[in-house]
Amino acid sequence: MLDKTGIAKRIAQEVKNGMYINLGIGIPTLVANYIPQNVHVVLQSENGLLGIGPFPKEQEIDADLINAGKQTVTMMPGSALFSSSDSFGMIRSGKVNLTILGAMEVSERGDIANWKVPGKMVKGMGGAMDLVASAKNIIVAMQHCSKEGASKLLKNCSLPITGLKCVKKIVSDMAVLDVLPEGGFRLLERAPGVSVEQIKNATEGHLLVTGEIPEMKI
Amino acid sequence: MIDKRVSGAEEAVNDIPDHAILMLGGFGLCGIPENTIQALLKKGVKGLTCISNNAGVDDFGIGLLLQTRQVKKMIASYVGENAEFERQLLSGELEVELIPQGTLAERCRAGGAGIPAFFTPAGVGTEVAEGKETRIFNGKTYLMEHWLRADFSIVKAWKGDYAGNLIYRGTARNFNPMMATAGNITIAEVEELVPPGALDPNQIHTPGIFVHRIFQGKHYEKRIEQRTISK
Repeated sequence: MLDKTGIAKRIAQEVKNGMYINLGIGIPTLVANYIPQNVHVVLQSENGLLGIGPFPKEQEIDADLINAGKQTVTMMPGSALFSSSDSFGMIRSGKVNLTILGAMEVSERGDIANWKVPGKMVKGMGGAMDLVASAKNIIVAMQHCSKEGASKLLKNCSLPITGLKCVKKIVSDMAVLDVLPEGGFRLLERAPGVSVEQIKNATEGHLLVTGEIPEMKI
Repeated sequence: MIDKRVSGAEEAVNDIPDHAILMLGGFGLCGIPENTIQALLKKGVKGLTCISNNAGVDDFGIGLLLQTRQVKKMIASYVGENAEFERQLLSGELEVELIPQGTLAERCRAGGAGIPAFFTPAGVGTEVAEGKETRIFNGKTYLMEHWLRADFSIVKAWKGDYAGNLIYRGTARNFNPMMATAGNITIAEVEELVPPGALDPNQIHTPGIFVHRIFQGKHYEKRIEQRTISK
């Protein structure tokens, strides 16, 4: 099983040279720490920054420079600042190449639920619905099962939907899977020490397993 | 030059009535009109509808207006940092409309651009789409969303001149430029107010035509929500 860092490291392998990337809050934010030095990408923050840099040093802190998680950040050389409408313009028009975000549930058709749990305080969807509705390439970082052991890779999402048919790939603590255009999860890799059988048992939605499934290299 | 200066926040909010619809710029606590919020507190206007990406925190930003029960309805994309907000929502004292962030930004932009409605894919298939018209363009389903306009838009900029031209700084720009265009009356508070000619026209983000009142804020706390540093 992978811990959060492991999931972030595996997702970082999906990052390719020249990509503009939007990272969600939580595990997705950690991905930035594991992108290889020779892979040049630009990180987009939906509150209006292209070129997110590392967290500032104490003396560099600037209240006017935060990321979408409201954390203080710095800017890389060559950054650009813009309004929220320009920001979502570049998201909606597909200029952002890769979106990495967390999920509570994903269905075998690629539907995602990640914004609301009935009975709990609703915090709002923020930019999640805009991102999932428009991004061409969405990778989800998630736990394969709940703490009670219930699968989160489902036939149908039980929680309120954030977007339909949008997730392309999932990196969970147990596996890497593609969501097939015709529906179903295709198992690509196993987490270290996890068997195909365990993944089958942990996946409620249709799971396609063909041939030998390699272990992830992290 | 048309001089838009007012003496300060108190004068700027002087004619804001109870039950007004307000837009307030900012993302989290970044780029919020701190001084005007203080003036609204002091004035004590009630029954406000506040359109803003967030609702502040308990003791800062729009959270201050929630504590004094001056807000009737909140229209926002994310409201998760505020315990008093949660209490009022659960007790039914506060109405809340949650809107996807990009849709909120575009609805404000549309309001200021004279475009009554537009189509966006955000929210298709979700509860956001309930009761809304959908149309298919190039095989993909889109939702119709309407413009948003405000009785008073309240924005915060870094620099402004007497004519109301504004320049924002860093990610404090966020919702401010669109909201500035969508107000029947737009109030701008700035960190530095300069005479005409002092700002380079090439660098203006919000042209002064959109701004009706401008003043230099007395004090900016610029509170930080998540102080993250690298060693």
